[in-house]
Amino acid sequence: MKASDIAALLNEPACAHNAKSKSGCARAQPGATAGGCAFDGAQISLLPVADVAHIVHGPIACAGNSWDNRGTRSTGPTLFKIGLTTDLTEQDVIMGRGEKRLFYSIKQAIDNYRPAAVFVYNTCVPALTGDDLVAVCKAAQDRWNVPVVPVDAAGFYGNKNMGNRIAGETMLNYVVGTREPEPPPVDPLRPDLKVHDINLIGEYNIAGEMWHVMPLFDELGLRMLCALSGDTRYREIQTMHRAEVSMVVCSRAQLNVARKLQERYGIPWFEGSFYGVTDTSNALRDFARLLQDPELTARTEALISREESRMHELLKPWRARLEGKRVLLYTGGVKSWSIVSALQDLGMKVVASGTKKSTEEDKERIRQLMGEDARLFDEGSPRALLNVAEEYHVDMLVAGGRNMYTAIKARLPFLDINQEREHGYAGYQGMLELARQLTRTLESPVWRAVRAPAPWQDSLEITS
Amino acid sequence: MTKIVRRSKPLSVNPLKSSQPLGATLAMLGLNRTMPILHGSQGCSAFAKVFLVRHFREPIPLQTTAMDSVSSIMGADDNLLEGLQTLCEKAKPAVIGVLTTGLSETQGADIVRVLKEFRDRHPEYQAVRILPVNTPDFSGCLETGFAAAVQAMIDNWVPNAESAGTRPGRRPRQVNVLCGALLTPGDLETLKDLIGRFGLHPVMIPDISDSLDGHLTEIDFSPVTQGGTPASAFATLGDAAATLVVGASLEAAADLLQQRTGVPDHRFDHLVGLEAVDRLVMTLAGISGQAVPALLERQRAQLQDAMLDTHFMLTQARIAVAADADLLHAFGSLLAEMGADVVAAVTPDKAPVLERTPIAEVKIGDLEDLEMAVRERGAELVIGSSHAADTAQRLGLPLLRAGFPLYDLIGGYQRTWIGYAGTRQTLFDLANILLNHNQHEIEPYHSLYSPKSDYRQEGPHHELAEASADSSWRS
Repeated sequence: MKASDIAALLNEPACAHNAKSKSGCARAQPGATAGGCAFDGAQISLLPVADVAHIVHGPIACAGNSWDNRGTRSTGPTLFKIGLTTDLTEQDVIMGRGEKRLFYSIKQAIDNYRPAAVFVYNTCVPALTGDDLVAVCKAAQDRWNVPVVPVDAAGFYGNKNMGNRIAGETMLNYVVGTREPEPPPVDPLRPDLKVHDINLIGEYNIAGEMWHVMPLFDELGLRMLCALSGDTRYREIQTMHRAEVSMVVCSRAQLNVARKLQERYGIPWFEGSFYGVTDTSNALRDFARLLQDPELTARTEALISREESRMHELLKPWRARLEGKRVLLYTGGVKSWSIVSALQDLGMKVVASGTKKSTEEDKERIRQLMGEDARLFDEGSPRALLNVAEEYHVDMLVAGGRNMYTAIKARLPFLDINQEREHGYAGYQGMLELARQLTRTLESPVWRAVRAPAPWQDSLEITS
Repeated sequence: MTKIVRRSKPLSVNPLKSSQPLGATLAMLGLNRTMPILHGSQGCSAFAKVFLVRHFREPIPLQTTAMDSVSSIMGADDNLLEGLQTLCEKAKPAVIGVLTTGLSETQGADIVRVLKEFRDRHPEYQAVRILPVNTPDFSGCLETGFAAAVQAMIDNWVPNAESAGTRPGRRPRQVNVLCGALLTPGDLETLKDLIGRFGLHPVMIPDISDSLDGHLTEIDFSPVTQGGTPASAFATLGDAAATLVVGASLEAAADLLQQRTGVPDHRFDHLVGLEAVDRLVMTLAGISGQAVPALLERQRAQLQDAMLDTHFMLTQARIAVAADADLLHAFGSLLAEMGADVVAAVTPDKAPVLERTPIAEVKIGDLEDLEMAVRERGAELVIGSSHAADTAQRLGLPLLRAGFPLYDLIGGYQRTWIGYAGTRQTLFDLANILLNHNQHEIEPYHSLYSPKSDYRQEGPHHELAEASADSSWRS
């Protein structure tokens, strides 16, 4: 990938960050950097495409250390769970045999697995030795007549966020718009219903959580043309350009996709979240608003009022147990406000939130939700987190898996909110699971056992 | 003797291999107050870190030199210098391991020269031990990376006997133990205990059982390892009475230690199975001059009894194994001792130990190779890491989880495989899995002339069972 292409990707006008420090381009500091590389970001945002053979072109570290590492679920094909890599050897690197190995690797994947398409991920070593990924993919596609898409996101191009963008850009350049969608099937019970096509961008069906939301879409008459990329098929990505509206779900990483779909195809978009009762309702309302269909609006309002009163009853016992519990939240960017809102729906009090990846706009939104007393802080080192936890007398930490052991070792209840988690929290129904998992850690009897000193230490203190 | 089949296909499918830097990182984590840093792009460290966190369910200290486009092309020496300075300032480690990756090796980074430069520039950090290890991703596997780090520790920190004035046996109770990547924290604990029972004092190189055994400490957070072998221990290795080496992958490291110190060594490919543990016990009895403790005699007798109890299931059992070479060899030997057949064996990279393993054929390959071999030859059980779970499921076979990574088995890292007791438990587990899974029931046969009127066409095991009688005469 050319330097000018990378610079172009760093310029994201739809991102509030754009004018100031760019999350994609801040130089990582050697010896004090956490988080993945561009390859990581690209792989993670496309891997859920279920019927594609995902080939990692590089030495073993890139795929060998990372495959089979995601909580995403598929309704059908499981090809995405098969780890595929060219596993470059020293001989390949020295003798320049990488391109040839890749070419025949693509053939092997097509022969053995009959994929809808092949995505080839570039990594640092072939990027450095100069393998011509685009040419190899093109030659393979021409030879075997299966779409072969080069995802040129070698690790050193940038951080994970950068990789998300490259992945989105690649889909726009190679896949979107290459097929027209079929008309939606007619629901025999509602033959006259006007069905609207929508896209979800930055949604990964973690733990199958979208299956809590899809029934709502069905009821409203919304057809999810494509989710980028949870439980998605290649042929769905091809038709993204025909959606009437896109929703960017809880992640700024692929704003470039939403923006370009609007620029090229006139598809309006909004940012939203399916975490929490309030935000789920808001997201559904935003669809209705942008689709400007009065009947849809009526259906949406009816659904919301029914679901909200149902949830109100169902959540009552949980709210009684969670009311007033003090939470320290540490997650990336947009997700912060969406999780704040979900936790508040449960009566919890978010007393402090990390805002390292948040924009001014996000921070304002968090401040509005949390009130003026809320502490917003940038530094996310384990030490800093624990200090805030102590200062604000928090009852628990809600954060990404990376911080799980920060909390656990400090004997602090913890909930994992990131993509490796094993539970789905999206939609109205997901709130019940969220409540269940929150009480599971908060009310566990183990905290007493691990916080108390050993009995002989007690007696020693007494004698001394 | 063993037939070794080389990689023959271009694409690796469901990789079994983990990278060298990951193995070297693991070895570094067995040293006290240590921070490894990978010289590569930030993903190199992020993936390795997540891998180890999921396996051990522990925080893992690991940093990166965060090479970007400019430094990948123009040279990343400054990244390494800056990274080292930041680590020394912020984390205050006793030891830093500098491990290369595919990226920095392809670029041609000379880490030893950069370290010299760091020493010249920063005399204030002279006390921090910095260990350079070359671990390109495109060679070897987890086990060889681990071994490379152990060898580098000896090379950098164990002085020549002559120049340092060390003498084998000056510390008559000290036994050095070079511990290979096949040993779990649980194994190391057991081994230390076993050596201690002979009145000997083990120095483990490295000791992940002290740092990665999953124990709760008083301190709520530490940026570096808590526990593990102190770096100061290396200076004493030359005074030990003997060295034990566990894992054939440590051959080169053992040679070097021998050559530097003259301490006599005793090499073990592994410590599972009656024969291997017997040899260990005899060796320890020899070094210590003590009789074998009664407890070990008891445990040996228990193992013998377990061998008898389980041979009904294990002799002639058909087992498939996927693991790095040392671990594969360990299981191969144990299964051979029980008369089981390893019908499919896959290992990620070639290794000298494969020549002598009692397995008929070993394929250098991936989990797809294992899957295809089992489909061809049939097996009753798979031994492999969590990565093999889907493979086993597709084959309809049970999986005994061993190796790296174990992310769907709580406490898997702590499992003890070695010694009489560990071996006995392994035999029990293997036998139980076969007992519960392998219901080779005889298919009911309904006689043509039977007066029984309640015969059900489809018995519960109809499809699984082999035909019990030849009824082809009817068709």
